[in-house]
Amino acid sequence: MNDLYIQNNLVCRSSEIWKNKALFFKSEENDDLKAFLKKAYQYIEMDYPKFFKMDNLSKLAILNFEILIQNEKIQDPALVFANSNSSLDTDQKFQKSTATFASPALFVYTLPNIMLGEISIKHTLRSENIFLISKEFNPSLYTQYVSQLFQDKNISETVCGWVDLHNSEYDVLLCRITRNGEVKFTEENLQKLYDQPHE
Amino acid sequence: MISPMSDLHIELKASIIEQLNLEDINLDEIENDEPLFGDGLGLDSIDALELIVLLEKDYGIKLNDPQQGKEIFNSINTMAAFIEKNRTK
Repeated sequence: MNDLYIQNNLVCRSSEIWKNKALFFKSEENDDLKAFLKKAYQYIEMDYPKFFKMDNLSKLAILNFEILIQNEKIQDPALVFANSNSSLDTDQKFQKSTATFASPALFVYTLPNIMLGEISIKHTLRSENIFLISKEFNPSLYTQYVSQLFQDKNISETVCGWVDLHNSEYDVLLCRITRNGEVKFTEENLQKLYDQPHE
Repeated sequence: MISPMSDLHIELKASIIEQLNLEDINLDEIENDEPLFGDGLGLDSIDALELIVLLEKDYGIKLNDPQQGKEIFNSINTMAAFIEKNRTK
């Protein structure tokens, strides 16, 4: 595990996106999640109409993934993602729709790992991916699984993600893990990134 | 026969944009005879299911044979003609 490094990181919370500890994008404080996501989409000139058909959880994942890898060449990264609230936000919306006419477009997002599919389709990834559910952010989930992936599958890189959404509160941490870099891929460093204050 | 500029055409375009989250498309960008799937608006299979729901919810039309959808959802014109003929509300 000691030869793995955190090359880039991104944190997205409370209408702000921070990349490598520098403020990348900030929306109006009173913007709701939908408005925040649309403004960030326009800011990075994403031009991917399918974005607007996704649920908010997948939007959070694909948008922040784009920013994490912006101006960089990726090599079919494995995706190791997790969260605490699964797809509850969309599950509730879908359940509400079933009272009248169940929405197929909502139904397809009633699994959190759909975000991995959306990222993989956008970037034509054929890599390994897994989505884990954990009560809270747990760096050991990532370090153990990712180390095993690098060892067993001889991969070049992985993107680790915590993409959580509940009651309009969102919490995103993405880290690009490679064999080269300066910040070692350890539980302590992952936790520090997750805990980082934005000041 | 309904007019190509009928309220139903306009209503359908607005419903499709809203229901299918076509955020970057305006009403006047959808041609009445433009294919909705494939090279036209580029709708997909999930959108087709949403259109079936839209027919039932807004016009009281229940499609019993999904194969019918291919002809009905060809364009705004074909949708409007089908709705005009079969609507129950």
